[in-house]
Amino acid sequence: MSDAAKKVDGITRESTQKMIDEALEAYPEKGRKKRAPHLAPNDPEAAASCVKSNRKTVPGVMSARGCAYAGAKGVVWGPIRDMVHVSHGPVGCGWYSWGTRRNLMTGKNGVSQFGMQFTSDFQEKDIVYGGDKKLAVLLKEAKELFPLAKGISVLSECPVGLIGDDINAVAKKMTKELDIPVIPCNCEGFRGVSQSLGHHISNDTIRDYIIETREFVEPETPYDIALIGDYNIGGDVWSAKDLLAEIGLNVKATWTGDGEMERIAATHRVKLNLIHCYRSMNYMCRVMEEKYGIPWVEFNFFGPTNIKKSLRMIAERFDDRIKDNVEKVIAKYDPIMQKVVDEYRPRLEGKKVMLYVGGLRPRHTVGAYEDLGMVVVGAGYEFAHGDDYERTMPEMPEATVIYDDASEHELEHFVKELQPDLVGSGIKEKYLFQKMGLPFRQMHSWDYSGPYHAYQGFPVFARDIDMAVNSPTWKLVKSPF
Amino acid sequence: MRQIAIYGKGGIGKSTTTQNTVAGLASLGKKVMIVGCDPKADSTRLILHAKAQATVMDLVRERGTVEDLEVSDVMKVGYGDVKCVESGGPEPGVGCAGRGVITAINFLEENGAYTPELDFVFYDVLGDVVCGGFAMPIRENKAEEIYIVCSGEMMAMYAANNIAKGILKYATSGRVRLAGLICNSRNTDREADLIEALAKRLGTQMIHFVPRDNEVQRAELRRMTVIEYAPEHKQAEEYRTLARKITENKLLVIPKPLEMEELEELLMEFGIMAPDDETKVGVAASASAAA
Repeated sequence: MSDAAKKVDGITRESTQKMIDEALEAYPEKGRKKRAPHLAPNDPEAAASCVKSNRKTVPGVMSARGCAYAGAKGVVWGPIRDMVHVSHGPVGCGWYSWGTRRNLMTGKNGVSQFGMQFTSDFQEKDIVYGGDKKLAVLLKEAKELFPLAKGISVLSECPVGLIGDDINAVAKKMTKELDIPVIPCNCEGFRGVSQSLGHHISNDTIRDYIIETREFVEPETPYDIALIGDYNIGGDVWSAKDLLAEIGLNVKATWTGDGEMERIAATHRVKLNLIHCYRSMNYMCRVMEEKYGIPWVEFNFFGPTNIKKSLRMIAERFDDRIKDNVEKVIAKYDPIMQKVVDEYRPRLEGKKVMLYVGGLRPRHTVGAYEDLGMVVVGAGYEFAHGDDYERTMPEMPEATVIYDDASEHELEHFVKELQPDLVGSGIKEKYLFQKMGLPFRQMHSWDYSGPYHAYQGFPVFARDIDMAVNSPTWKLVKSPF
Repeated sequence: MRQIAIYGKGGIGKSTTTQNTVAGLASLGKKVMIVGCDPKADSTRLILHAKAQATVMDLVRERGTVEDLEVSDVMKVGYGDVKCVESGGPEPGVGCAGRGVITAINFLEENGAYTPELDFVFYDVLGDVVCGGFAMPIRENKAEEIYIVCSGEMMAMYAANNIAKGILKYATSGRVRLAGLICNSRNTDREADLIEALAKRLGTQMIHFVPRDNEVQRAELRRMTVIEYAPEHKQAEEYRTLARKITENKLLVIPKPLEMEELEELLMEFGIMAPDDETKVGVAASASAAA
């Protein structure tokens, strides 16, 4: 976190507020009133969040949000590789949430990983007569076809909640019958205001059905940790795990990127939880803290400055052996990282970035852009809560615009006003800004690239950002708008 | 073609009244189809002399999808050439019966069950309009006339008033109208007067007072309507009269449902309900005995 508030030339509280007011002018009065508290100039010193968040999206605006089911299947459950995940309901929800976040996994398909799409494929008759019998048959078949799966999750789609299919009763019965955990997750898409509730429901499900049901086979050591809230997008977990191993820690479980239910279930035995995505997994960190006394720390492996700071912070929790290792590792990578910075920074110095991603990345990546000499001039989240914005505000320069659940209209307006050199957001935003002739990176899936985490990830990140910002393509695009 | 939906409190005699009235219409030479919209599927048994007809949803379940069905699979013809279809649905406590009604009616429409020679289509709907599915028969381009079966009992009248509220909701967006109350007598005091008064308050009419007669039950034991079982009996004439009145009925209104207080006033006026005694509210039997 910054010591003194950062400033950007030409951006003042007044200029940002004026830009926000202009964007709001397009709305009818009611919508304007609702959207206004979600947009604000940053105040790095403020104690509470400068924007309202985690509220229902204003009807009629183009929002980028997903649903509770998306948060459960797409984020938390999908990456767990030793389980079969059943999307219970019509086929579309399952199919279009399958692997779209590029949560990579090791293992052999059908043997040690089951990253395939399973769905109960609801038809009219299943709605009318209920899908519980079909679910029982499906579970039996899944166990027969994939006897090596360690468990099965059942993720409710909307109709299941509407018709009141009792998946919990089916799961209980089939757990006994099949002799593997069948875990029901009541994550119907219509629940809550965004995918965020799906994360919370999934955390609660892990608490109620998974944690403490297994033990690690390896002996306990004082260096046992778990990596929480890293979904292995483009291999992030692997690069983070390598680094943590290099400083002498044993990563006993990863939640849930390239994760295994059997290890997640034994995580109550670790000495420390390291949490990457606070938004989606802080719930279970708190549970493990309260129930098993396991402390947790938030860390940030984006860019050498943050990596160094985080490594030292992690080392503080351990003995001199780890502290020494950390200094050795930093000394080893510093020159390598400096080379990367030396190569890319001259081409990226002073370039402006605007970010709009899920619930974590905008604040976590600010430092990585700054390592490359860039300035983040706007940041916001689809589904963050107040505590996420409180963590964001000190990272962002003074008076830069903060936007919560931004609509396409608002983003477009801010981008036109601020003229950034790069926009980092999702697939729904990508083509809008590319058509405006702006470099863009898809920051949910790392745009088919990655990893971006840790020392392995930074050179990839720097290369991708340089490639986007300095591609001659954009000079040839003449936007008609 | 006139499409008519029959609503009313559960157990009030909707299916019996509907089938006897439809048989009455048939005996007057009208072409009629009945669409049963109740998972119990007992809306056509008196016309078909059957225990239960194979329903649309039964066959959907058996064959896989609704696209695998033909109208001829689900439509049976009974007394007086009355065409009969049952939507069917799940046993209580599972699935979604309302969706069954929607699926069945969509299927009938898409597959040409509503043929031009039909004079009437009757929808016999489950007692409580608990969700959108059971309001399907009164959505746009479906039934435009609603008859509510009721009696002089308090709960039947509450239900009738509630159904009127539902009709009001759909009346403003479509063309559904309340066409009258059918009093299926339970022999309560001043029953006809009371229902007349309720009908007036709702802005409609009591289209017919069907007296209670055990001949109906005798016919039902033989899975027949009175019209078919004992056409000369006076009860058969009652249903024929109701059928004739429906044929001639032009009084289609947007109902004016009563507020709860108004309805209770009406019930008090006719002595069905005693005025509230606030001193007794919430006092258990043992406590009032002790006092």
